[in-house]
Amino acid sequence: MTTTFPINPPAPAALLLPEPGPVTLHVNGQSIALTIAPWTTLLDALREHAHLSGTKKGCDHGQCGACTVLMNGTRINSCLSLAVMHQDDEITTIEGLAHGDELHPLQQAFIDHDAFQCGYCTPGQLCSAVGLLSEGHARTAEEIRELMSGNICRCAAYPHIVSAIQEVMHAQPLRP
Amino acid sequence: MLTEATDPIATRFIAGGTNLLDLMKQQVEQPAKLVDINRLPLSAITELPNGGLRLGALVTNADTAYHPLVQGRYPLLAQTILAGASPQLRNKATNGGNLMQRTRCYYFYDVATPCNKRMPGSGCGALGGYNRVCGILGTSESCIATHPSDMCVALAALEAVVQVSGPHGERTIPMADFHRLPGNEPHRDNTLLPGELITAIDLPAQGFAQHYTYLKLRDRTSYAFALVSVAVGLELTDGLITQARLALGGVAHKPWRRPAAEAMLVGQPAEPETYRAVVQSLLAGSRGYDHNAFKIELAERAIVQALSQALNRSA
Ligand SMILES: Cc1cc2nc3c(=O)[nH]c(=O)nc-3n(C[C@H](O)[C@H](O)[C@H](O)COP(=O)(O)OP(=O)(O)OC[C@H]3O[C@@H](n4cnc5c(N)ncnc54)[C@H](O)[C@@H]3O)c2cc1C
Ligand code: SF4
Ligand code: FES
Ligand code: FES
Repeated sequence: MTTTFPINPPAPAALLLPEPGPVTLHVNGQSIALTIAPWTTLLDALREHAHLSGTKKGCDHGQCGACTVLMNGTRINSCLSLAVMHQDDEITTIEGLAHGDELHPLQQAFIDHDAFQCGYCTPGQLCSAVGLLSEGHARTAEEIRELMSGNICRCAAYPHIVSAIQEVMHAQPLRP
Repeated sequence: MLTEATDPIATRFIAGGTNLLDLMKQQVEQPAKLVDINRLPLSAITELPNGGLRLGALVTNADTAYHPLVQGRYPLLAQTILAGASPQLRNKATNGGNLMQRTRCYYFYDVATPCNKRMPGSGCGALGGYNRVCGILGTSESCIATHPSDMCVALAALEAVVQVSGPHGERTIPMADFHRLPGNEPHRDNTLLPGELITAIDLPAQGFAQHYTYLKLRDRTSYAFALVSVAVGLELTDGLITQARLALGGVAHKPWRRPAAEAMLVGQPAEPETYRAVVQSLLAGSRGYDHNAFKIELAERAIVQALSQALNRSA
């Protein structure tokens, strides 16, 4: 099928694409040297190149939160950032939350409260909840719901997610 | 570095990346080069000698909204930023990028359809299409898109000033002149020139911290763009309005203000009877399209609601 009107500027044809280059990420306390194209997102770098597939790709457009990771302790969507921009940052993914066999209190609380069904959104929910607690702006269930709204759960485990977070929030001093 | 960025197609600045990378994945934006500006020293919030506040272009939306001076003096701005996007996005999105974010018109995003903003001269898919999210004020035959930012609605109400640095030096652009109406050049969202960089946004001393509100109406209560939003700032003395600011989001190609409508509130008692004429003046000339005519009545009601909320707030 041909289009009769020009709808989009053509991609620059003879453009020389930059070669993949060295990018070093600091993930869960380890330095990881990668050779990747400069347009590789942090999410794709983690999943496809560093083989840390715990971080999930849901929408790839910042709309679902499945790709949430912590950047220097702050939660961000890894699908809307480039890996090459994070060489000076400490990235924490779901793989970095537990200490050995000891689960992060939020991980334990998610199990105790049955806060997931299929589990696809869960790594993002957990990293987001870690960020939420360290930000310290949520006190009530209402505030938790609002400040967890960047994480969509297709299975609608929302009420249990809120109660798991509430338990940890009220239980103990936080660790990053 | 600035000259690197003077070709609008070839090079783009990247700040948080939350809008640009999304548009690149959709092939709406196809820059050959990105210039990462994150190491520039534009990440501070500083007090100005005139009693105002300077927000660095690279301060994140979250750090801006939760900053004690913003919370204390400009709660309208804080409330407005926190009504937008999600916590993760606000942690990454920058103040400069927020001003520069592009429309959410479905046809702008879909490269299989015509769009004068994306490809000048190709036509407007939204005009005869599904235009529920489109504008009702200041539209043109070329484009009926809206500017999607919440933050910019508060910045317009507060009469913030954008600080810009470019190949030809530095200049300032008042918020009212920063974004533009589409006219027959809808590909130009704003008046920033190629190669110009936003360095900061200056807030005047007057913060309307006593009587303010941001009312955002949308399809779900969080994590959605505004269908209609209203930012209000009022000053009151002995029950009479002495100063009023009103800006609308979700209805036009720029935050929508009409100082004449605001002037009608001045000297008036803060009572609903005063509002009708103000609403009419602010929305004069509005026009609904096939799927968004509901926005006119929604805006009428939202303005009245927001004014009473702002009055009843006791800070
Ligand atoms: C799912 C989703 C929901 C959202 N919901 C909302 C919402 O409800 N309300 C809302 O207001 N916003 C919303 N947003 C938009 C978000 O606020 C913007 O994406 C963000 O503010 C852009 O900032 P950034 O730093 O990431 O910009 P980038 O993506 O880095 O840049 C965007 C544009 O700005 C240019 N630019 C960046 N900084 C400068 C500068 N200093 N000088 C000159 N040009 C510059 C870039 O070249 C680019 O063209 C949403 C976004 C997503 C993905
Ligand atoms: S309204 Fe504007 S952005 Fe939307 S399709 Fe028409 S020209 Fe493009
Ligand atoms: S994959 Fe990043 S937000 Fe959905
Ligand atoms: S548990 Fe299935 S998406 Fe959340």
